[in-house]
Amino acid sequence: MKRSNFSAVVLGIVLAFLYVPILLVVAYGFVPNGVSMSFFDASGRFIGFTSKWYSQIFGGHHAVKALMQSFWLSLTIAGLATLVSCAIGTTAALALHRWKDRLQSIHHSLVYTPLIMPDILIGISLLMLFVAANVECGFWTILIAHVTFCVSYVAMTVLARLQDFDDRIVEAAYDLGAGPWYTFFHVELPILLPGIVAGGLLAFTLSIDDVVITSFVNGAGTNTFPTYVSSMTKHSRNLPCVFALSTLMLIFTCALVGLSKLISRRQPQNKTAKGK
Amino acid sequence: MKENPLRSRKAEWLVTLPSFLWLALFFAVPALIVLAFTFHGHTANGGVGEWSLSTWRELVDPDYPAIVWNTLRISFEVTVWCIVLALPCAYAIARMNTKWRAIVAGSIMLPFWTSFVVRVFAWKTMLHPDGWLQTCYFSWLKVKDWLFDWLPGFAQNFLVWAGFASNAPLDAASSTILDSEAAVVLVSVYSFLPFAIMPIYTAAEKFDFSLLEAARDLGARGFYAFRKIFVPGIRQGIVSAVLMVFIPAIGSYVIPQMLGGTNCVLIGNKIFMRAMQNRNIPHASALAALMAVSVLVPLGIAMYWKKRQDVKASKRLERETARLMVGRGAAS
Repeated sequence: MKRSNFSAVVLGIVLAFLYVPILLVVAYGFVPNGVSMSFFDASGRFIGFTSKWYSQIFGGHHAVKALMQSFWLSLTIAGLATLVSCAIGTTAALALHRWKDRLQSIHHSLVYTPLIMPDILIGISLLMLFVAANVECGFWTILIAHVTFCVSYVAMTVLARLQDFDDRIVEAAYDLGAGPWYTFFHVELPILLPGIVAGGLLAFTLSIDDVVITSFVNGAGTNTFPTYVSSMTKHSRNLPCVFALSTLMLIFTCALVGLSKLISRRQPQNKTAKGK
Repeated sequence: MKENPLRSRKAEWLVTLPSFLWLALFFAVPALIVLAFTFHGHTANGGVGEWSLSTWRELVDPDYPAIVWNTLRISFEVTVWCIVLALPCAYAIARMNTKWRAIVAGSIMLPFWTSFVVRVFAWKTMLHPDGWLQTCYFSWLKVKDWLFDWLPGFAQNFLVWAGFASNAPLDAASSTILDSEAAVVLVSVYSFLPFAIMPIYTAAEKFDFSLLEAARDLGARGFYAFRKIFVPGIRQGIVSAVLMVFIPAIGSYVIPQMLGGTNCVLIGNKIFMRAMQNRNIPHASALAALMAVSVLVPLGIAMYWKKRQDVKASKRLERETARLMVGRGAAS
């Protein structure tokens, strides 16, 4: 039977469409002229690639100091926000899974609504809160904002994992005399860990990528990587550094994801070995 | 059997409290503050004034309805493009074997591991007035203009009125793609497309492709079968995809900010402008409330539809396919 190639052609075009900007990000990390962002000189002659932006990053050049600072701030905030939102999100998922009463239905809408609200609404409402409470914006307000939008994602990811959780395991632990804390740390947590890690990874990516919410609550002078980049785009000679740094991040995340794929490929064999 | 101590009321509060308090304090309370601010006037020095309805009255200002309409229209355009492109993509991926499915589905999400701002910025350099995309854009404008001339007068008037087309003659110097609505639509489609492909693909993966083959055996041609069997079969996925694109498109801020210039100001940009530059907190709050409504209305419709659909969906699909098969069989 003849199968239409039309959809395959569209898929090919879409993949190209999705990848062209990424290739460009990688290419711009090697651009010789940081002002015109061009590989050609004024007469249209190709002038080659340069690695000077990479050496600026690794050499701690003064021109990229603020950029690197914002990058480390982003990593710090994303790391802390991930830890806090994993803790809060996991308890939220446990509560939503274990009890089904009025309190939990309110709780569920509290957890669910931030997922569907556009970032800018979360940003402006937090700004209003900080204005009303007379809090000065800075590191802590950014952290609070990031935890707020990450909690829901972690909770939903862990909740999905809890759907295939066999509640009888917990009952069994109690019957065998384990207390609630012991059961949580030795029975539930190990089983939920993959879900928590997945939620945490999601939280980390969302936090490190967020620009809208952060630009509402960052106050003057505190910039994360995305807000710094968006302020840089108007006038800067060091844009290729941004692209070089993004290329490094891309390589790093690809390696990380590759690694997690390798680990998860091993997982099922372990499970069968344990006789699960 | 020993009673499960975690089932007690006290335990429930203990486990619920952290997330409940956090989200109540940092999500629900701020939302109420925003709502309260919309019923205040603003003072000249950037503060919040007395309780009054003046903010809502000022929203009738010709500026705001136009911005709200533009945001809805652009979000609609972006959604249509995304769905039209996502349907064949999801179909193509779902027809691959398991190994390739995982690879292609993964590579669709891969671009999202670079910073969003950096990607939008890469687009900005690509849309430079001397670039090749500018040439493409101008040719597209010419095609659009030519098509527009073919339309009857009332259709032309409607399109102009709704903002989809313009009467002005084409002018190469003033039609740059950067700082235009087209740039915003293009990059929004680029950014949201994976979120349209994924839910449709998830639905397509569960779709029984032998139905399509049966339809073809009964004489339905490729596209007819695609439209009448495949599309209704993955309806749930399409609805999720529409929401996944439409909602972030309504809340879009970075893309119009970086690529739309002054020609494409959406609600998001106006909120930011009012809150951070003009220090007009009540106006920003009222616009935020309008945005929340524009998000919640389609969501409510979709949820209502889904509730009704869940019951009927499987039965209706079965009945329709059967009817179609019978009809086609009789015709051939």
